[in-house]
Amino acid sequence: MNNIIVLPLIIPIVTAILLVFLRHNIRLQRIVSLVTVAAVSIIAFILLLEVQTNGIMKIDFSGWLPPFGILFVADSFSMLLVLTANIITAICLIYAFSTIGGRHERMFFYPFVLFLIAGVNGSFLTGDIFNLFVCFEVMLLASYVLVALGGEKFQLRESLKYVLINVVASWMFLVALAYLYGTLKTLNMAHIAVRVAEAGQDPVLTTVAILFLIVFSLKAGLLLFFWLPGSYSVPPTAVQALFAALLTKVGIYALFRTFTLMFTLNASITHMLIGVMAGITIVLGCLGALSGRDVRTIAAYNVIIGVGFILIGLAIGTEQAFAGAIYYLIHDMVAKALLFLIVGTMVYLTGEIIVKNMNGLIRHYPLFGWIYFIVMCALAGIPPLSGFLGKVLIGQQAVEGGFYVLLAIGFGSSIIVLYSLLRIFLAAFFGETSISEEDKKPIPKGAMASFVVLALCIIALGLGAEGIAPYVEDAARTLADPAIYIEAILGAK
Amino acid sequence: MESLIVILVGILVAVATYLILSRTVIRVILGTAVLSHAVHLLILTVGGLKKGDVPLLSQSDGPYTDALPQALILTAIVISFAVTAFVLVLAYRMYGTNGTDDFSKLGGSSDE
Amino acid sequence: MKINDVILRTVVKAVVFIILTLGVYLFFAGHNAPGGGFIGGLVLGSAVVLLYLTYDIETVHKGMPFDFKKVAAFGVLLATGTAIGSIFFNVPFLTQAAREFHFPLLGETHLSTVMIFEAGVALTVIGTLVTIILSISEDE
Repeated sequence: MNNIIVLPLIIPIVTAILLVFLRHNIRLQRIVSLVTVAAVSIIAFILLLEVQTNGIMKIDFSGWLPPFGILFVADSFSMLLVLTANIITAICLIYAFSTIGGRHERMFFYPFVLFLIAGVNGSFLTGDIFNLFVCFEVMLLASYVLVALGGEKFQLRESLKYVLINVVASWMFLVALAYLYGTLKTLNMAHIAVRVAEAGQDPVLTTVAILFLIVFSLKAGLLLFFWLPGSYSVPPTAVQALFAALLTKVGIYALFRTFTLMFTLNASITHMLIGVMAGITIVLGCLGALSGRDVRTIAAYNVIIGVGFILIGLAIGTEQAFAGAIYYLIHDMVAKALLFLIVGTMVYLTGEIIVKNMNGLIRHYPLFGWIYFIVMCALAGIPPLSGFLGKVLIGQQAVEGGFYVLLAIGFGSSIIVLYSLLRIFLAAFFGETSISEEDKKPIPKGAMASFVVLALCIIALGLGAEGIAPYVEDAARTLADPAIYIEAILGAK
Repeated sequence: MESLIVILVGILVAVATYLILSRTVIRVILGTAVLSHAVHLLILTVGGLKKGDVPLLSQSDGPYTDALPQALILTAIVISFAVTAFVLVLAYRMYGTNGTDDFSKLGGSSDE
Repeated sequence: MKINDVILRTVVKAVVFIILTLGVYLFFAGHNAPGGGFIGGLVLGSAVVLLYLTYDIETVHKGMPFDFKKVAAFGVLLATGTAIGSIFFNVPFLTQAAREFHFPLLGETHLSTVMIFEAGVALTVIGTLVTIILSISEDE
């Protein structure tokens, strides 16, 4: 029995519920939530190894065989993402322990983080597109609460906007599902792929595909990212980092699944559209990052640039490009989490959010400053850090496939990313400090530990890329050849 | 019958769009509720309106109507119920702290 | 000014029991006919909300001293617990088991683990429903 595949979804839910009963015992809440996420990471790692040896695994809920029942599927792509997501959540939790404050902790902060991660894991693992919608909603409901938690005036306003935009996006998801079910009469992803291949991708299906593209773009922040900078800058730092690392990435995952498995036949329209959207996203993200004066806005626009860059890999659509996109996706999750944690800590230390008003942080916090330097280099793609390999692979494939415009935009964005982050580094870290030795706030030890661990992850991902290569290659192979996935789900034809 | 229902879906979506584009928070929330009902009806319609018997083993012996759209709708209803309830509480809290339910008066930068 | 709600109070006293009975009926009907935990829970929850509307929160709370957030949490725990139970029997997740039992008075009864799952759903629905209404109505 492959029941282990549901554990990443079910363990966080059960512990989240248990934590509701432990509302006032904050110490226990911290321990339980951290242990949960760590346990899920271990399970994800075990599954990753098993998938490597046994091929794609699946579990049919209550024994209903596909395409009739719902199921969870573990392939290398989803397991890599589950593993990364849970490790990052664990680190963000460590950061949260020392910074989030007792008021949040008593207002069910940890249960909602666990619900969030349950939704994220479920979205990565499910093999049924309606189930994907449900897991999305679990994740989004938790994120709605996390944005609003604290109840500050501006938080409530931004969270209302965030909720309404996502309600409309979910509505479009349902519309797309309705048309999909109406035309194909199935919701199992592998079965959809088979039926699309049998019937050919006629205009109706292409329209449905574009509807899905719009929905997932809204969630991923691909072109339709207007909501992102506002809602990502209001919650507490730990939540911001979680959002930046996880939420948009789930949208990206959904885009990859949809357009590598299900709607592959009309690539001249859908994949070209993705390429165009990715290009425009990067350009607009760069403009935002250049013009931002507020550190959090600059960081939020960097998320958008990252999303665009990963989707260039999808637009190119070769196996190596997928591999590059997966490398970059994993790197981006780690690096964006660290960037948001650092930026949030800078705001906490200086009490300022405008870049120009900060100065000389590196004098008081040398390690903090150099960790920022590392993440900056990683995001710009400087070897041997984690961002390098993904950029090289995507770049190579762009040249081979003749995507020169996307190549130019993608690599041009690296320079802009470097410039926008370097601007923060020069203004906020270098120079004379205006905070005297007595006034300086210490960085909590837990927070510092989380920075160090994430920075080590970035270095390890860069130097040890060889170590994860077999998993990434396997994931890319499955994406490039959907027949492997379909055969694992529906059995050999 | 299907065309009639689809037209009804269109009307509901139009009503919802009108409500969502208004400035009052509560109208926008009502709009999202109508919107979700429209899509539930759409799912029911594209799944095929009644063609067979009730899909209950003990009460008929087929052919059955496709039960899946109803399962999907029930799930979607539960989710939209939860979201709507959350948004209502959120809007209420926001009215309490900001003293207005007018979107145009909510503006302001996030650095307040 | 005190609102004269004699009619409401008198009617509610009788009606609440009818609603509760209907809720329980719907809950048990759910296995092979329309009904089930969600609908049953909604009806049961609406009875509680009706009580809150008619009498004030303190009075009802004296009669039903539950924290409805915890009721909801317990419900989810019960439902997921049933689902997880299947893992220990080494059958696919969410698998159900059912058997015929013979009870005095009730006769042959078909019992399945789905019922526990549905009870969890019902408790969750009641808990969330009442929590939402209370969180809006509690403060001034």
